[in-house]
Amino acid sequence: MKQFKGRVVTPGEVTAEALVSKEGFNTLASFQMALQFGDKEVKCGDQNNADIHGKSMLGKALCLPQTIGSTTGGLVLYCACAMEKNPACMLFANHIDSLAAAGAVLADVWVDNITMPVIDCLGDEFLDYVKDGMKITVKADGTVEVE
Amino acid sequence: MLLTPEQQAILDGEKGETMAKVMKTLVMYGDAFEAEKLVPITSKYNHLVTSFGLKVMSPVYDLMQQLLDSGVASAQKFSVDPRPLDKNVPASFLQNFVFKNFMYTKQDFYEKQLESLGLLDKNAFSCACYLDEVGNKPKKDDVLSWAESSAVVYANSVLGARCNRNSGIIDIMGSIVGYVPYFGLLTDEGRKATWVIKVETTKKPEAQLLGSAIGMKVMEDVPFVVGLDKWIGDELNDSACAYLKDFGAATASNGAVGLYHIENLTPEAKEQGNALIAEGAREYIIDDAELERVQANYPVVWKNPNAKPKLCFVGCPHLSLEQLKSWTENVVAALEKNGKKKVTIPTVFTAAPGVLEVFNNTEYAKKLEATGVVTSYICPLMYMNNPLCKTMPVITSSNKLRTYTSARYYTDAQILEAITGGKN
Repeated sequence: MKQFKGRVVTPGEVTAEALVSKEGFNTLASFQMALQFGDKEVKCGDQNNADIHGKSMLGKALCLPQTIGSTTGGLVLYCACAMEKNPACMLFANHIDSLAAAGAVLADVWVDNITMPVIDCLGDEFLDYVKDGMKITVKADGTVEVE
Repeated sequence: MLLTPEQQAILDGEKGETMAKVMKTLVMYGDAFEAEKLVPITSKYNHLVTSFGLKVMSPVYDLMQQLLDSGVASAQKFSVDPRPLDKNVPASFLQNFVFKNFMYTKQDFYEKQLESLGLLDKNAFSCACYLDEVGNKPKKDDVLSWAESSAVVYANSVLGARCNRNSGIIDIMGSIVGYVPYFGLLTDEGRKATWVIKVETTKKPEAQLLGSAIGMKVMEDVPFVVGLDKWIGDELNDSACAYLKDFGAATASNGAVGLYHIENLTPEAKEQGNALIAEGAREYIIDDAELERVQANYPVVWKNPNAKPKLCFVGCPHLSLEQLKSWTENVVAALEKNGKKKVTIPTVFTAAPGVLEVFNNTEYAKKLEATGVVTSYICPLMYMNNPLCKTMPVITSSNKLRTYTSARYYTDAQILEAITGGKN
């Protein structure tokens, strides 16, 4: 088991299985088809992301460097949360970007009964270490345990 | 974050619960970037990214309705991204059925919401809102609350305005309270380049390909591009602006670029030169081979990679008037050269309603119509955003459209050849 310490963007505690995108996570490209056509597994639709294309994102600990792409990104993430199609948590190796931050904040302020902890600044070592399927535990203080 | 007494009062609920939640959203958003304060928006108009009444986006319309029901409105009028539907664009019976009955069932409802919230006018639907014919062109140093990645990067880079890559919904929340958090691309420090891009090609690089290469390399960082002025000049004329529009859209969609500087061309690069380059900036050299490598690595997701294209989109982001004219001349000339009268692949050129209105009053409109090319105000991305299009071989010169859909990227020259009877 290895511990990493990050910064809490939106709070919460959760344990989930890791899903790792080493590349920038394109929120619109990843979620659009799954949300639009009711994919129950919420599989990633981003054909440019070889790491997670076609893999289920629902309830996973989504590990990523940052998000990229369209500025609908934040509202897409907000919709995913409001529709309960969101990852269990989002864990950023880098500082969070403006689109992901918007989505996380919108969900936190405007969606009732949502808990999707978002932690950033976990460092490159976190993304080098974590692999798909590893068990991730997020603590309230931004500590992330990987085993 | 330090708030003024007025801002604190809104946060404390003096203007109602909904306004307090809007302010809380902006404060939390700013806190994520250690913003010290909120600063006033100074642009005349806002620009929103969400133009589509997708049934699945009902949480967005519910939120907008909450704003309207509580009497909240945008302090600024705004333009918005292109509409997702246009009967001019070829679509099968099944596609039309899916569009109208399953996907965009909220379109009319949402457009009414936009009108109530402060839509500029019924024609204010374009991603290229900054074009003169659309009329939402901010001034240098204006502080914006815009979304739409291609518009934000253009406003920052070509016009010298100041705007972060805001998400949809955050965009309108800024103009409801009149403030945005002060961080990132609003600050002098945040506008410094952390990459130097050296363009060493032997010919003018394709705008959408160069932007793609840079976007994928620098992600959300700020690039300072050297050597491009050799190909596009040192004046922000129509041609250079159109190039930068397409280049920027690719940097923003293939990466997350919100601002770039072009040596000897864009306003801050002209004013500050190398002083804009941050200490320790990394370097990326782009030559012909690198651009070839980038294009060759795009995945082809067509079921049959050798299929004959069934549709072609040009104009994502929307074409400028000059681009529409030059595409018309090029298509007419290429058809003549190839001994054809009409394009051999159904082709749609997309532009803002205001641009199309002007274009339709020029001699070029009839010439283009004669070639069989259709013009439209549609958003090609929204058109293709469904499983029916996934199996449809669509070609485009837009790297943004390629990124988000199954459309295949061709350079402008390849598109021209394909649609005028050359190779597929």
